[in-house]
Amino acid sequence: MNELINFVFGRLSLDYLPKDIITQVTVVVITVLGIAAVVAMFKFKLWKWVWKNWITSLDAKKIGVMYLIVAGIMLIRGVADALMIRAQQVLGSGGSGGEFISSDTFQQVFSAHGTIMIFFVAMGLMFGLINLVLPLMLGARDVAFPFLNSVSFWLFTMGMILVNMSLIVGGFSIGGWLGYPPLTELAYSPGPGVDYWIWALQIAGIGSLLSGINFLVTILKHRAPGMTMMKMPIFAWSVLVMVLLVIFAFPILTATLGMLGLDRLMGMHFFTSDFGGNPMMYINLIWAWGHPEVYILVLPAFGIFSEIVATYSRKKLFGYKTMVVALFAITFLSFTVWLHHFFTMGSGANVNAFFGITTMIIAIPTGVKIFNWLFTMYRGRISFKSPMLWFLAFVITFTIGGVTGVLLAVPGIDFQVHNSLFLVAHFHNVIIGGVVFGYLAAITYWFPKIFGFKLNERFGRYAAYCWTIGFMVAFLPLYALGFMGATRRLDHYDASTGWQVLFVVAGIGVLIIALGIFFQILQLVVSIWQRKKNLDLTGDPWNGRTLEWSVPSPAPFYNFAVTPVVTSRDPFWEEKQRLKISGEKSAKPEYKDIYLPKDSGMGIIIAGFGFLVCFGLIWHMWWLAVVGLIGAIVCIIIKTGDDDNEYKITAAEIELLDISNRRKKAAL
Amino acid sequence: MKKTAKVVAFLLVLAAVVVGSVFLLQGLNFDVINSQGEVANKERDLLFFTLGLSLIVVIPVFVMLIVFSLRYREGNKKKAVYKPDWDFNWVLETIWWGIPIVIIGILSVVTWISTHDLDPYKPLDSDVKPVSVQVVALQWKWLFIYPEQGVASVNLLQIPEKTPINFTITSDAPMNSLWIPSLGSQIYAMSGMSTKLHLMADTVGDYKGSSANISGEGFASMRFIARSSTQSDFDAWVAKLRSSNQTLDLVSYDKLAEPGAVSEPIGYRLGDPHLYDRIVLKYMMPPRQSGSHALPAKHGEHEMKNKDIQNMGAHNMDMMKMDGM
Repeated sequence: MNELINFVFGRLSLDYLPKDIITQVTVVVITVLGIAAVVAMFKFKLWKWVWKNWITSLDAKKIGVMYLIVAGIMLIRGVADALMIRAQQVLGSGGSGGEFISSDTFQQVFSAHGTIMIFFVAMGLMFGLINLVLPLMLGARDVAFPFLNSVSFWLFTMGMILVNMSLIVGGFSIGGWLGYPPLTELAYSPGPGVDYWIWALQIAGIGSLLSGINFLVTILKHRAPGMTMMKMPIFAWSVLVMVLLVIFAFPILTATLGMLGLDRLMGMHFFTSDFGGNPMMYINLIWAWGHPEVYILVLPAFGIFSEIVATYSRKKLFGYKTMVVALFAITFLSFTVWLHHFFTMGSGANVNAFFGITTMIIAIPTGVKIFNWLFTMYRGRISFKSPMLWFLAFVITFTIGGVTGVLLAVPGIDFQVHNSLFLVAHFHNVIIGGVVFGYLAAITYWFPKIFGFKLNERFGRYAAYCWTIGFMVAFLPLYALGFMGATRRLDHYDASTGWQVLFVVAGIGVLIIALGIFFQILQLVVSIWQRKKNLDLTGDPWNGRTLEWSVPSPAPFYNFAVTPVVTSRDPFWEEKQRLKISGEKSAKPEYKDIYLPKDSGMGIIIAGFGFLVCFGLIWHMWWLAVVGLIGAIVCIIIKTGDDDNEYKITAAEIELLDISNRRKKAAL
Repeated sequence: MKKTAKVVAFLLVLAAVVVGSVFLLQGLNFDVINSQGEVANKERDLLFFTLGLSLIVVIPVFVMLIVFSLRYREGNKKKAVYKPDWDFNWVLETIWWGIPIVIIGILSVVTWISTHDLDPYKPLDSDVKPVSVQVVALQWKWLFIYPEQGVASVNLLQIPEKTPINFTITSDAPMNSLWIPSLGSQIYAMSGMSTKLHLMADTVGDYKGSSANISGEGFASMRFIARSSTQSDFDAWVAKLRSSNQTLDLVSYDKLAEPGAVSEPIGYRLGDPHLYDRIVLKYMMPPRQSGSHALPAKHGEHEMKNKDIQNMGAHNMDMMKMDGM
């Protein structure tokens, strides 16, 4: 009997339910809300609608919206984690741990905070936004492989579910967001926490790699006629270099986590301290992925700001070609600097100096980008809508982050501030200031294109102010704390250090950021409430420059009624200028049949089987892993044989749809 | 009028922030800035130098951001020039590629020199004979072994002032990082291998020491006192420990190494002069049972001669690498 239970449930047992009160309350609340949501969906008969219009949809714009929803929810979880970290650190002065949450929970919380913020917030926002606008910008119908796109999204979502499931049963890793062995090896972390971390990242990572391939092919093969590479919007360039990084870097992550997984599942010794294992190898490998990863996040944000600054300054982007060169320089250099994350591991002076210098060199192309943005504003006519406010906040915070980054790049300085709160302040400076501000600006900027109405400007401004001020209050004190010898990830410390007062200030900063998020939620609610007032009837609310603004808002499911022909870098802007000068109306286009991908539920099913594989491996339910693997393979084979995957919209139908759109616009 | 009020309000807020920060920060000890040792002093100077050099780029960025935002805002369109198609200028591009290249060039030279000068493995120049300290990171406390003095100490690093300290560092736990901010440089502590660090304290004083790398549940408790004292106080401390009735040998070490934090420092007489090497080697010496990290036996068939152990200890980094291949 016992053997049967062991076989069926692996090591899963009731002992793994959460023990501390805060997690228990959270789990109960989540479960109640979840059940309420499911019941409500049945009551209002929404399942069919959600299944037909969203879950099975292969429309990149809808997949993009789903990414944003998942990332938005995860952002709230990540900030809640941050608040718990600071609360414990404020209360932990002079204590011995457990004042607010136990040491073990505290360590799970900061590991979850980092993992969630990077993989499920930043990556989610990024892939979401790219899905929303990249095909439109390129004049494409959809991404190159719409079905693969759906698989990517659902793999990403399964990873997200795994991370959050650890809250309910089993607990999460205590190894930080990068899980250095030997701490994450069986000898020190025998429980399922690290396995949750490994398999959540594996499944989400495969999704990211597939997305990377998808966007690469989209950019290379699906540009509108006439759009040569050097006529692409700079955002498309930034996505191109980002996916190159994804394609080169993510296999390293998969292999590294795979080896750590083998150590844990099969008792192998890749990274153990004994039997010839070498944890230093893991640290090298994880950063060979990890450093490009931060550029994966920030490069598209650079692209976004390039679009935003040009649009709101009503001026061509300054130094387009040098911007492209700078992007490629950063891309190449990002693979040459990984060792700067562990100058303190004992490499020789020559090695440390080499990697310190390559790191500093990245500051050159990055600085050039900032100067080009500034000179895009110069002699422009700047309208300070909230995306521009995000841009101003970005330049200030990102520049501070850049300076502290150069400081950290000098090995002699790094020896003194490595793994201190100075380091924590630095990477939040570049990730919040660069990545998050960029994506939040982008959401405001492209929102009308997707939903057909603009976001409320007043609350958008409030959110930008709160985020910026909150950021400064939350993270500038951490630089001071670093100089005071405060290391990261401490849940308690001597009262005599005097750190408490700065932790209080930092905690207030997080609260101000939380207020900013509250304004964003309010902004969304108010905007939906008053959407009739803020409708974007022109399709071009900001006097845009690129192709996405040439189609109506919300963008029709077929994107372009007629594939546009591109002759210049800012095609829509040039076209508007031409029509303004010549006074003629745009000519009536020649409509053609359009082929679009049929919806498919296979994406979520394949990802679902992938989830079972991961869940089985985490809990040692081997039969489940086998079932999941076979299921996924069978589904992939079935889908591969499905040739009937497109449907046609005839020229006549397109004409009808398009003419009604044109009439609406003409009536303005 | 409204504009002036806004500017005044902004300046008031700014002044309040500055005053508030000064008030908050006064009386706090910035160990890294207020350095107390040769290495930390150099590292602090390097920090300020690099910061100053970076400001050459940063200040113009901030100034231009403010000036351009004000001048070219939509509300100012009567006064400001508008050139929507102006998008390239060789001179400007050359300036903002050139100046950062020069600055990073200077910084690269400084980095090359300072990295060699501050290499943690490089012994410090001094007329005073150095003191050797063997450091073992445990779950979750620090063990300091003084092989020449024949004593050992937990969570208290006693050192004579103005004397170079040669650390060799290992771990019998997950990876940690040994950091005494007032004295300078940190280095990782890793099991099965030795890393090195050289520090020196300028004056007498108690300094904070900790682990800078997460190593499990009791990680935050891995604090120790680095006590720099006069040579005579150091000698007195050693003499006291030498007459201690607590001896650190394989048996008491195994007990000490069990997971758990220590609240008060412990002093020992060193019972086994090769304890450190045994701790390093136990991660690479067959035979062992899976999962157990018992120290190499002192008695019995597998006993190694002390000399062998020493030799192996000295080369264990190389062995580790060969093993890893």
